Amino acid sequence: MSERLSVLKTYKLYVGGKFPRSESGRVYEVTDAKGKWLANAPLSSRKDARDAVVAARKAFGGWSGATAYNRGQILYRIAEMLEGRRDQYVAEVADAEGLSKSKAAAQVDAAIDRWVWYAGWTDKIAQVVGGGNPVAGPFFNLSSPEPTGVVAVLAPQKSSFLGLVSVVAPVIATGNTAVVVASEKSPLPALSLGEVLATSDLPGGVVNVLSGRTAEIAAPLAAHQDVNAIDLAGADEELAKELEIAAADNLKRVLRPQPVDNADWSATPGTDRMTAFLETKTVWHPTGALGASGSSY
Amino acid sequence: MAPTPSSAPAPAFDYAPAPESRAVVDIAPSYGLFIDGEFTDAADGKVFKTVSPSTEEVLSEVAEAGEADVDRAVKAARRAFEKWSALPGAERAKYLFRIARIIQERSRELAVLETLDNGKPIRETRDADLPLVAAHFFYYAGWADKLDHAGYGANPRPLGVAGQVIPWNFPLLMLAWKIAPALATGNTVVLKPAETTPLSALFFADICRQAGLPKGVVNIITGDGRAGAALTAHPDVNKVAFTGSTAVGKQIARTVAGTRKKLTLELGGKGANIVFDDAPIDQAVEGIVNGIFFNQGQVCCAGSRLLVQESIHDELLDSLKRRLTTLRLGDPLDKNTDIGAINSAEQLARITALADQGEAEGAERWSPACELPSSGYWFAPTLFTNVTQAHTVARDEIFGPVLSVLTFRTPDEAVAKANNTPYGLSAGIWTEKGSRILAVANKLRAGVIWSNTFNKFDPTSPFGGYKESGFGREGGRHGLEAYLDV
Repeated sequence: MSERLSVLKTYKLYVGGKFPRSESGRVYEVTDAKGKWLANAPLSSRKDARDAVVAARKAFGGWSGATAYNRGQILYRIAEMLEGRRDQYVAEVADAEGLSKSKAAAQVDAAIDRWVWYAGWTDKIAQVVGGGNPVAGPFFNLSSPEPTGVVAVLAPQKSSFLGLVSVVAPVIATGNTAVVVASEKSPLPALSLGEVLATSDLPGGVVNVLSGRTAEIAAPLAAHQDVNAIDLAGADEELAKELEIAAADNLKRVLRPQPVDNADWSATPGTDRMTAFLETKTVWHPTGALGASGSSY
Repeated sequence: MAPTPSSAPAPAFDYAPAPESRAVVDIAPSYGLFIDGEFTDAADGKVFKTVSPSTEEVLSEVAEAGEADVDRAVKAARRAFEKWSALPGAERAKYLFRIARIIQERSRELAVLETLDNGKPIRETRDADLPLVAAHFFYYAGWADKLDHAGYGANPRPLGVAGQVIPWNFPLLMLAWKIAPALATGNTVVLKPAETTPLSALFFADICRQAGLPKGVVNIITGDGRAGAALTAHPDVNKVAFTGSTAVGKQIARTVAGTRKKLTLELGGKGANIVFDDAPIDQAVEGIVNGIFFNQGQVCCAGSRLLVQESIHDELLDSLKRRLTTLRLGDPLDKNTDIGAINSAEQLARITALADQGEAEGAERWSPACELPSSGYWFAPTLFTNVTQAHTVARDEIFGPVLSVLTFRTPDEAVAKANNTPYGLSAGIWTEKGSRILAVANKLRAGVIWSNTFNKFDPTSPFGGYKESGFGREGGRHGLEAYLDV
């Protein structure tokens, strides 16, 4: 008997909780490290980017309004779902990045643990970066972090999965919603991540994943008036400068590219990637005075 | 029983029984001590029975730990400490997340078990205890690999073996408050549940097994106060955490004196619930009821002293009494039950004696018409009015469904009366005026202040007392300190 012919997956975008093709009808060829054809990925257009922003904005109220505990549960659920599909991601990461099985597995394991790390941050970040302020007057004064809104995220170009998770998880942990531009050359693990996000009780639109030419998709996002911040992790120096200039138009919060492709994505992250996309809100309230009342006991 | 006031509404309809199924929980006829990952008998073979307070039915027979068993448990915890504390925080976190998830999965079973062993209504175990238990493990799981961010410097170290003794009023929740932060920070534990409510801690041992927790990290020893005393006195225990009565707390403080054991105590209370004349009366009434009748008033942070502004005293009392006539006392497993059983005959006797003393001292006693079941331990919701600060019912912690009502005229007087107690665990403030809430809160000597709400708990929120209500905080970032060498 001849060997069974496998069923290939049609890789699609993940926007608003659904899996559309690019509205442009375009695709581009994705190959493995040796140049072998892997899939045709959607080549997203400016219109796809704008649709993704609409979806992210629509999801923002609910997601930022959810309790931190609830967001933590959902991020942890993502880790649970990924663990169950570990083999799929190991294969995709090995193909995408030309890694051995065991090196790819280490990347995927670290990515799963990263979701757990950020799951634990949802209800702690306010306790670490917020707090009461002892103002010199009869006032209650409390500073609390709040998510900035819709964040455009240019995922790292080389670390197609661990790098991706490392930049997406901190954005949504605090209540932001994200429009993610996948690694241009290796978008498949990112597109597959949508399948896990869609089955982890994460509301549709909280994370939207686009594939295509980073520069082409990033430009409209950086200029978009309804995007609040942009993470330039996946942009080269020249593109990053262009995008930062565009982002200045509505004063987006910009996280400049770190030396990502040499970055040690397996190192334990700090809080920087969360605080980059947080606002601080300070509330004052008079405390009134009771005179000298109250026992000192 | 005093007659129902004329203002009581006529019952519109009767409730059909709505019992939660007992079939969801399988209680073994006997349980051993959980030491080093195994259930074992006590060295001297002693056992005691645990009963359902609502029926006096014997639920199971559990081992009674003696000094030899306590020693064995501490040794097991000590052996487990080296590896457990050396695990990367992220790995400890994953064990705790597993435990949190298994608790969520088994929460109905545990809720029914807790209701059977404790006597509290299923509505509370299902909607309050169990969700909080899971949330507490979930919250501290996340801290295990983030201790560098907790404000105690880089790489804070655990203490070692924690000896933990918990009460019977929230058996599994108090276990969670003790074990979750201890394990997250890298300590190992020996925990003794209360004598009258050992079962949920033993079920928790099974959850540790399901989670694959290394043996010896959690040890559960059942027994009475002697086992607790042996545990807190054990020379190889580095940390003692106790929740319970102020009298026992003081005894433990004496026991650890002169040692290097770190101590946290969460003790009794006589919380003041202060209602100002501009408070929304209906909400305040709900808060007062929740404050003193939640868990039959067997709550250390109960709002057991109602301080009501004189001008609204009559109106508030009228509403409160009307509300009390609608409370449903009875089968704790019935989903419509508001008031369950008192936890033990001993506790019932204490409540009864204190209430009788209140009456003898001249305070005015009132209870709604309320039929008590013929078996089990029951006490009707009770109000005392015409109470002065000198009355025993205004001073002693009753730990039962008994509310003492006092009045005040000015905010200063309210604060002075609220603080006139050796305790300082909780207080409530009811007023529409935000600045008054904050001004009064500033003056209250209590660890938790609820404004326009009462008895709210969250794993992220520190809980603990001033003065003789104990020291140390459980919950939140602050709760880590109790288990760190800082």
